[in-house]
Amino acid sequence: MIEAIGQYEFLQNAFLTGMIIGVIAPLLGAFIVVRRLSLIADALSHVTLAGIAAGLYFSQTFTFLAWLNPMYSGMVFSIIGSLFIERLRTVYKHYQELAIPIILSGGIGVGVIFISLADGFNTDLFSYLFGSVSAVSREDLWLICLISLIVIATVYLLYKELFLLSFDEEHAKASGIPAKSIHFIFIILVALVIAASMRIVGVLLVSALMTLPVAAAMRMAKGFKQTIAYSVLFGEIAVLAGLVSAFYLDLAPGGTIVVASILILLLVIAAKKFTKAG
Amino acid sequence: MNQPPVIEIKNVSYRYDRDNVLENIQLSVPKGAFLGLVGPNGSGKSTLLKLILGLLKVKEGEVFLFGTPQKSFKNWDRIGFVSQKANSFNTGFPATVYEVVASGLTKKLGLFRRPGSKEKQAIKAAVEAVGMEAFLTRNIGELSGGQQQRIFIARAIVSKPDILILDEPTVGVDSKNVESFYNMLAYLNQQMGITLLLVTHDIGIISDKVTHVACLNKYLHFHGSMQQFETLDEEDLSDLYGHGIHLLDHHHEHQGADV
Ligand SMILES: Nc1ncnc2c1ncn2[C@@H]1O[C@H](COP(=O)(O)OP(=O)(O)O)[C@@H](O)[C@H]1O
Ligand SMILES: [Mg+2]
Repeated sequence: MIEAIGQYEFLQNAFLTGMIIGVIAPLLGAFIVVRRLSLIADALSHVTLAGIAAGLYFSQTFTFLAWLNPMYSGMVFSIIGSLFIERLRTVYKHYQELAIPIILSGGIGVGVIFISLADGFNTDLFSYLFGSVSAVSREDLWLICLISLIVIATVYLLYKELFLLSFDEEHAKASGIPAKSIHFIFIILVALVIAASMRIVGVLLVSALMTLPVAAAMRMAKGFKQTIAYSVLFGEIAVLAGLVSAFYLDLAPGGTIVVASILILLLVIAAKKFTKAG
Repeated sequence: MNQPPVIEIKNVSYRYDRDNVLENIQLSVPKGAFLGLVGPNGSGKSTLLKLILGLLKVKEGEVFLFGTPQKSFKNWDRIGFVSQKANSFNTGFPATVYEVVASGLTKKLGLFRRPGSKEKQAIKAAVEAVGMEAFLTRNIGELSGGQQQRIFIARAIVSKPDILILDEPTVGVDSKNVESFYNMLAYLNQQMGITLLLVTHDIGIISDKVTHVACLNKYLHFHGSMQQFETLDEEDLSDLYGHGIHLLDHHHEHQGADV
C-alpha cells in the first residue's frame, strides 16, 4: 500500500484529501451536532448534489464550459442553499425544521432534472454520490487544501463565539456578540466542508462523516474541546481505515468510511457499557 | 458624589401584538441595591427585562443604563444576565463547568482574543464565588438544576459586571436548596458589591434578603424600599397586586416552568 501511494499520484491525492477531510468534517460536525443542525448538513449535501449534476451536465453539453469542475458548481449551489435555509428559517420562525425538507427535496429535484438531461447515471456521477479512491485530481486536492485552511483558521479565530452560540444562542445575543454574522459564517463553512468532502465520501454520506465521529466522541469526552479532539481522532481513523479497505476491496470509499465510523461508534458504546458495569 | 441609577426606566409601555403588556413603567435601580421585582405569571416581568437588555426594542418611553440612554450604551459587559430559560438549555451539551463560565468572557475579550492567565483567574474566582469550585472539570449536564443555575451565575459575573439581572433563577432548583441559593445571592450583593435585579413571582422567600421591592402586573403597582413595603398591610397588598401575595410564607412551593 505505502509503495502504491508512492507510485500513483491519484492515490496520493485520495489519501491526502482523506486525511484533510477527516479533520475538518468532524471539526465542524461537533458544532453541528450540539446545535442540533445535523439535518441541515444533510439538506445542504443534497443541494450540493444538484450543483454537481448541473456542473456535469453543463461541462458535457457545452464545449465552452468543458473546463468546469463540478466541485465548483457544487460549492456554489451549496452556499446558495445555505442562504436559502437561513432565509426559510426566519420566514418559518416557529417551524424551523420545515426549511430542511424544502431544501432537501429541492436539491434532489433539481439534481434529478440535470441527471436525466445528461442522460442518466454515469461513473462520474457515481463517484460524486459515493466517493472514489481514484477520482481526486491534483486540482481538487489544492482546492480542498484551501478550503480546509479557511475552515480551520475561522474556527480557531472565532472559537469562543462559536462555542457560545452553540451552547446558548439567547445568551450569545444578549451579550452583544454579532450572533447573526457568526451563525452566517458558520453555515458557509458547513457548505464549504460538504463540497470538500464529497470527492472522498460522496455527497450522500458527507453528513455521516460530520456526525458519526461526534456521536462517538460525546460518549466519552469531558467538555467541548475534548469532544472536538475525539471527533477528529475518530474521523481520521474512519477515513483511513475506509480508504485502505476501499482500495483493496475495490469498493466505494463512502460506504467503507461510514461502516468504519459506525463500528467505532458501536465500540465506544460497548466500551462505555463495559467500564460502567466493571 | 451623586451617581446615576444603574437602571432607570421612564414611561415605558410595550406591546407584542395588540394590547399593552406593560403600561407606563417608571422604575429605577440604585447602585448597590438588591431589588426584587415580583408579579404573577404573565405580568410582563420577562418582557421588562428583555427591554432593559435590548433583546426587545423600546418603542415607547426610555431606558437609561448607568445614566446613558440605552441606544448609545456600549458597555454591555457591565450587565450580567441569567435568563429564565437557563435551566432548559440542552443538558446533553458536552461542556465542562470551566468552559461554560469561560464563555461569559466572550464579549469582554472581543473578537479573536483568547483567555489569558488573567481571565483564567477570573473564571476560578467566579466559580468560587458561587461555591462550585469542586466541579470545574465536570460536564454541566451532570449537575443538579440548582448547581447548574449557580454555574450560570458564575458565567454572568465572570466579566465583573456592576449589575446582575436574574429572571426567576430558582425555577428548577429544588426547594431545599432555594434558601442557600438566595444566601449566595445576598453574598454577591453585600460582599462583592454587585447590584441585583431579581425577578420572581414569590416575594415571601426573599423578603429578608432584598433592599427594594417592585410589584408589577402590567402597571407598576409599588416601587420602594423593603422598609416601606413592610408597612403595607395584606389588604393594601392585594389591592396593589391584584392577586394577593404571601409576604410571610417562607415555605411557598416553587412551581414549574413559567413561559
Ligand atoms: N413573544 C411574545 N409574543 C407575544 N406575546 C408575548 C410574547 N412574550 C410574552 N408575551 C405575552 O406578554 C405578557 C407578559 O409576558 P412575560 O413578560 O413573559 O410575563 P412574566 O415573565 O411576568 O411571566 C403575557 O401575556 C405573554 O403572553
Ligand atoms: Mg417570565
